Amino acid sequence: MTAPAIELKGISKAFGPVQANKDISIRVAPGTIHGIIGENGAGKSTLMSILYGFYKADKGEVFINGKKTEIPDSQAAIAAGIGMVFQHFKLVENFTVLENIVLGAEDSGMLMPSLRRARKELKALEEEYELYVDPDARIDEIGVGAQQRVEILKALYRKAEILILDEPTGVLTPSEADQLFRILDRLRAEGKTIILITHKLREVMEYTDTVSVMRRGQMTATVKTSETSPEHLAELMVGRKVLLRVDKVPAQPGAPILEIENLRVVDEAGVERLKGINLTVRAGEIVGIAGVAGNGQSELLEVLGGMRPGTGSIKLHGTPLPLSGAGSDAKARRGAGIGHVPEDRQREGLIMDFHAWENVAFGYHRDAAYQNGVLMNNAALQADTEAKMEKFDVRPSDPWLAAKNFSGGNQQKIVVAREIERNPDLLLVGQPTRGVDIGAIEFIHQQIVALRDQGKAILLVSVELEEILSLSDRVAVMFDGMIMGERPADQTDEKELGLLMAGVAGEAA
Amino acid sequence: MDKMPKWADVVLIPLISLILAALLSALVILGIGEDPVAAVKLMVNGALGSTYGWGYTLYYATNFMFTGLAVAVAAHAGLFNIGGEGQAMLGGLGVALVCLLIPWPHWTLALAFAALGAGIFGAAWAAIPAYLQAKRGSHIVITTIMFNFIAAAVLNYVLVNVLRPEGSMDPATERFPQAVHLPSLHELLAPIGINFSKSAPANVSLLVAMGACLFVWLLIWRTPLGYEIRSLGKSEPGARYAGISSVRTVMIAMLISGALAGMMAVNNVMGEAERLVLNATEGAGFIGIAVALMGRNHPFGVFLAAILFGFLYQGGAELALWTSIPRELIVVIQALVILFTGALDNMVRMPLEKIFLAVRRGQN
Repeated sequence: MTAPAIELKGISKAFGPVQANKDISIRVAPGTIHGIIGENGAGKSTLMSILYGFYKADKGEVFINGKKTEIPDSQAAIAAGIGMVFQHFKLVENFTVLENIVLGAEDSGMLMPSLRRARKELKALEEEYELYVDPDARIDEIGVGAQQRVEILKALYRKAEILILDEPTGVLTPSEADQLFRILDRLRAEGKTIILITHKLREVMEYTDTVSVMRRGQMTATVKTSETSPEHLAELMVGRKVLLRVDKVPAQPGAPILEIENLRVVDEAGVERLKGINLTVRAGEIVGIAGVAGNGQSELLEVLGGMRPGTGSIKLHGTPLPLSGAGSDAKARRGAGIGHVPEDRQREGLIMDFHAWENVAFGYHRDAAYQNGVLMNNAALQADTEAKMEKFDVRPSDPWLAAKNFSGGNQQKIVVAREIERNPDLLLVGQPTRGVDIGAIEFIHQQIVALRDQGKAILLVSVELEEILSLSDRVAVMFDGMIMGERPADQTDEKELGLLMAGVAGEAA
Repeated sequence: MDKMPKWADVVLIPLISLILAALLSALVILGIGEDPVAAVKLMVNGALGSTYGWGYTLYYATNFMFTGLAVAVAAHAGLFNIGGEGQAMLGGLGVALVCLLIPWPHWTLALAFAALGAGIFGAAWAAIPAYLQAKRGSHIVITTIMFNFIAAAVLNYVLVNVLRPEGSMDPATERFPQAVHLPSLHELLAPIGINFSKSAPANVSLLVAMGACLFVWLLIWRTPLGYEIRSLGKSEPGARYAGISSVRTVMIAMLISGALAGMMAVNNVMGEAERLVLNATEGAGFIGIAVALMGRNHPFGVFLAAILFGFLYQGGAELALWTSIPRELIVVIQALVILFTGALDNMVRMPLEKIFLAVRRGQN
C-alpha cells in the first residue's frame, strides 16, 4: 500500500478556552478527493489553517507522503506541495492573470524572465487540465469562476500535489460549479490529491471518494462516500436526526401584499443595478429570488427595506410607498409593516459590540413599549429579549452577552426573532442561513414557513439554490438587474434555474 | 469571548500605562540631574497637599471634564472632534456677550444663561464642520482642526476691534460686573465649615461639569438618541438598516459635542478670569482628547482622567516654580502620560491579553 498523501495524527489546537481542534487524525490516499464537512465553527478552517501553516498546532504531527513534515508557515506548506484555494480569493484585482500567478514566485529580481517562463508553463497547465483563462486579462475584468481557476493555476504553478479548496462553490453558478468539478476530476486523474471543505452535502455525495465529518472540533467519522447517505452525514454533523427537506403544506396565496412595478435603482457609482423589476408577492406565499450574487438581489432587498432610493412604484396593500426622500427610510418601512432580515447580519442586522438585548431593539428602539419618558425602558427591553431568546431557543440565552460572542446561527436567530415577532405583513429575508449551522437552518426555515401560514407575504433572497427550491412557493430568477422568469417551485429544477441565472432567457412564465 | 475581564480593561491598562509613563518621566528627570522622588513629592504636595493645590487641580479638571466629554460624545458617533479648542474659544465669546450685555440680578441666573450662551456658540462652531461631514463627506478631523485656527483669528479680531474697552492696550474685554461673579469653592464651602483656600480658582462650575458627566451618561446609555449615536458610531450600514439618519445623528452628536466644549468657558472665562482674554483656553481642548482616550469615552472615566490631568497640570506648574526643571520638561512629562495612556494603548493591552489568556488556559 502506498503512503497516504496527507496523514494527520492527533492534531489539537485551542484558542484560549475554546478547543477548536481536538485530537484529529485522518489519512487521505493520493489521487482521491476527500471531503471535509461540518457545521460552522466545527473546526474545519482551523484544521486547514494548520495544514497551510497559518496556525501552529498545540499537539500532533503532519505527514506528507509518509514523511513527517513541519509546517511553520505558508512558504513551508507550498514547499511541501500543498496549495490552497481560499473562499475569499487572494488575488490582486488590478494585476493581470499572469502577474497574479507569478506574484511571490518570481525567479529573479527582474520580472520579465519570470513572466515569460510562466506564460509557457501556464499554456502547458491549461492544456493538461482544461483550465482556460486569458493570461493577459485583468482580474477585475474576469468572472468569479475564472478567478477561481486562477487560484487553482497559482497552486499548480507552485507545483502543488495536494490542493485544498475551502467552500469553492459558494460564489459560483451551478454550471460554473459543474465546470469546477470537471477540473477537479481531471486533477484527480493526474494523481493530485484534493481536499474539499464544504457544508453542501450534495457536493460531498456527488464528487468525493471519502468524507470526514467534523463536529465541535472533533472528527466524528471518516467514511467512504459510496457507503453513506446525506441523511447519515447530516446526522453525524449535527449529532441528531435532521430534517433536510423543509416540511410545509402547499401555499394558499391570497390578496397581493407587495406589488412592484418598473422598479429601478442606480447605485452610488452611477451603475444601474435594477432595470425595471415587476413582481408581486401575495399573502401566504414565499417568493424566492434566485440568482448569482451581485445581480441586483441585494439592491432589491435594500430598496424595499428603505436602505437606498429608487424609482418606479412599490405598493403595500395597494398603498404606494415613497421610494426616495421623506418617508422612504427604513424606519418608515418598518412602520408600514415590513420586516427585514438583512443579507449581512454582522454588518447590518446587528451591532456586534452591543448586548443581545440592545440588538433586540435595533430598528425598533423608538417603539413606545421600549420607552420610559425620555429614557429607554431597558428593563422592559431585557425582559422582552429573554422572552424572544426562550421562544427562538437562542443559546446561550444571556441577554447581556455581546452579539459578537454568539455563534452565527444564534446571531441569526436573534435577528429573525426580532423581525418575525413584530408580526410584519411583509418579511424581507436575505440569505437567512448563510454561515448558519444545519440545526439552526431547520429552525429558521420552520419559523419562516410558520409566518407564511399565518397569511403573511415573504420575499426570500438566497444564493443557495437548494434553499430557494425547498423554501419558496414561487421562484423568480434575477440576472443583471432583471427578472429572467418566474416558476412555481415544484415545477422547476436546479438545471432550469441555472440557465436562467446565467442569463439564458426561458419562455415567459 | 472577551479576552480580558472588564476590570482589567478599565483599571489595569490605564494604571500600567500611567506607571510606565511615570517611570520614563523619572528617567528623564534623572537625566537632567534632578531627583525624581523629590519631584514626585513636590508635585503631589503642590497639587494635592493643600486646599490651594486642590483648588487649582480641580479648576483645571473642570476644564478637562467639559472638553473630555465633548470628545467622548463625538467619539460615540464615530467622529473625532479635534475642534474642542476652537469651540471652547467661541464658547468664551458667548459667555462674555451674555455677561457684558445683560445686567443680571443674580449669579445663578447669569450662570444658567452664560452656560446656554457658551453652549450655543460652541455648538454653532461645531455645526459647520458637522454639516460638511454629514452632507459633503469632508473629513471632520481636518475641518475641526482648521476651525481651531479660524476661531483663534475670529477671537483675536473681536477682542482687538470690537470688545476691547476704549483706551485699553490689552486685547481683552472689560471685567464682568460683580453680579455675575461665580462663587468659588471657598465661598461655597465656608458656610458648611470647611475652610477652602481663598485664592484658588476652582468654582461652582465644577458642579456644572459633574452635572454634565451625569447628563452625558444618561444621554449615551439611557436615551433612544444615545442608542442611535452609538449605533451609527459602530456601524454605518447598520444604522441605515435600522432607519437611523446618519446626517441627523452626526449633526446632533456634533452639536452636543461642540456645546460641551463651549461650556468650558463658564469655568475659565466666567469663573476664573471674569473677562475674556486671548488664548483663554490654554490648550484644554486638546487635553480633552487625551482625557477621553484615557477615560474610555465613559463619563465616569472622563471624570477621573480629568482630575488626573488636573493634577499633572497643577503639579507641573509647581515643579516649574520650585525646581530648576525647565517648563518645557513639564510638557514632556505631560506628553508622556498622554502618549502612554492614549496613543500606546495596544502596547500594554496586547501583552496583558496574552497573560490573561495564558492564565485562563492554565486553569482549564
